[in-house]
Amino acid sequence: MNQMQNFTKGFLKENPILVLVLGTCPTLATTSSTMNGLGMGFATTFVLIGSNVVISMMKNIIPDKVRIPAFIVVIATFVTIVDLVMQAYVPSLYETLGIFIPLIVVNCIVLGRAEAYASKNTVWSSFVDGAGMGLGFTGALGVLGAIREILGSGAIAGFKFIEGDGILVFILAPGAFIALGYLIAIVNRINKA
Amino acid sequence: MQSSLRNMVLSLTLISLGASAGLGFVYEMTKAPIAVTALNKKLDAIKQVVPEFTNNPNDEMFMLPTDEGDSLEVYPAKNGEEVVGYAVRSYTNNGFSGYIGFMVGFTPDGAIYNINVLEHKETPGLGTKMVPDGTPEKPEFKDQFKGKNPAEFQLKVKKDGGQVDAITAATISSRAFCDGVQRAYNAFERGGLK
Amino acid sequence: MEYILLIISAIFVNNVVLAQFLGVCPFLGVSNKVSTAIGMSGAVTFVMVLATMVTYLIHVYVLIPLGITFMQTITFILVIAALVQMVEIILKKISQPLYQSLGIFLPLITTNCAVLGVAILVIKKDYNLGEGIVYGAATAIGFGLALVILAGIREQLELADVPSGMKGVPISLVTAGILALAFMGFAGLV
Repeated sequence: MNQMQNFTKGFLKENPILVLVLGTCPTLATTSSTMNGLGMGFATTFVLIGSNVVISMMKNIIPDKVRIPAFIVVIATFVTIVDLVMQAYVPSLYETLGIFIPLIVVNCIVLGRAEAYASKNTVWSSFVDGAGMGLGFTGALGVLGAIREILGSGAIAGFKFIEGDGILVFILAPGAFIALGYLIAIVNRINKA
Repeated sequence: MQSSLRNMVLSLTLISLGASAGLGFVYEMTKAPIAVTALNKKLDAIKQVVPEFTNNPNDEMFMLPTDEGDSLEVYPAKNGEEVVGYAVRSYTNNGFSGYIGFMVGFTPDGAIYNINVLEHKETPGLGTKMVPDGTPEKPEFKDQFKGKNPAEFQLKVKKDGGQVDAITAATISSRAFCDGVQRAYNAFERGGLK
Repeated sequence: MEYILLIISAIFVNNVVLAQFLGVCPFLGVSNKVSTAIGMSGAVTFVMVLATMVTYLIHVYVLIPLGITFMQTITFILVIAALVQMVEIILKKISQPLYQSLGIFLPLITTNCAVLGVAILVIKKDYNLGEGIVYGAATAIGFGLALVILAGIREQLELADVPSGMKGVPISLVTAGILALAFMGFAGLV
């Protein structure tokens, strides 16, 4: 597999959310608007790239049996860095995403890529893999956020194009589940065709 | 890599040390910006609810006891030496989804200057109408409080015999709003600031 | 009275899965059968109460005195991972039947964000130890309730004719959405 395929596999074919159905918690919780979804996506992408790179660098010095705890420490470190930096420079986004920033640490995608990819591949491939997977994740969050924002508040990325309220249920919890359900069904259909 | 007790302990220790060192560094770097951001946010919230001031209300903050036994933060706003208003950090637990945080501004005679909702989890489209949605022409729910003195203005929705027009289909949120403002006023009055 | 409100709020009004989106992965993953759903709920309840207690004590007696609360995430996740391992080992030693029914779910719990989520929320909401434990237990019961209901519905769905694209995850998500809609009826209860 060349690097280009390695990079783009996360977009649709192995999309972490829409195909592998990993990391559903932040997906549902932070997509009440496009910007929130994208913000969460980029935070996760940073952690993915950082942990993938560091773990692939250290793959030869970590004994097998303590592999998972070592990965968790590395991931948690990057998560805390994101947490502190966002708190300092984008406080409003930090507040909206709230508890889901520290929870990136238990996002199955991050540990999953560390275990399945970064611990076996070179630094550069791991970087590409992390970036591709992260962007796939971000893209899915952005799309879901846009769908919910258009239907729920008649706006896109904060610009209102319909007066008054939208179909409010879509910015509430039930709408998150339903919108993601249909989105996955559509991607299933596309991938099969 | 083969695992032996020695290399397991050694590698984990090294990784943890590296992680702590990195985090300590980032923490020191972001400590000041985080403090500044938090302070600015508080000052912005105060600015919106009291007349223009020249002092730093955060430095002169004091606590006032409430009727329930806890206490609220009060930020005095001064223009030169003259006190032009007080911002009271109030709250209520009676919102449709529980906690709502407020910043309520009073002028020294006890009239409400403006009210700011700091945090809430009310139902979008209903209870959220207590927060301005950005359309400037529309009259807002909280506008009816401006300039009113709770000494004569009954802080209760009309359904409960008060003078407040509730938000349509969000009576509970409106009641909670009144409760939060009343709590601020009670503390303000008991504190003898009037 | 305060505790009763806390319990009702955590189980119904602010249901951990359906309103707060914590623990959605196992919610979708192990809700095929009611019996596995019950096993998972049991394991989560056990770990969540224990984890809340331990992380709270660590926060108050280690992190705060040392002034390193920014290490919260890293400490909590390691404590939870270690705790899960320990519970697994102890269960294996002392009670074989309990291990057989709960044991297989234990490794999955480390990455259940509800456990870490509750541990962080307890600190964030300034609960004391008692409130924290009650909140943890009630949240776990809420998780179990949502899980068992969804499993019950999915068992029935097996017999239904679902369009091929909707099979599996999508239909479960839509079902969960309708369930969340139903749970919204509890809002305003507390």
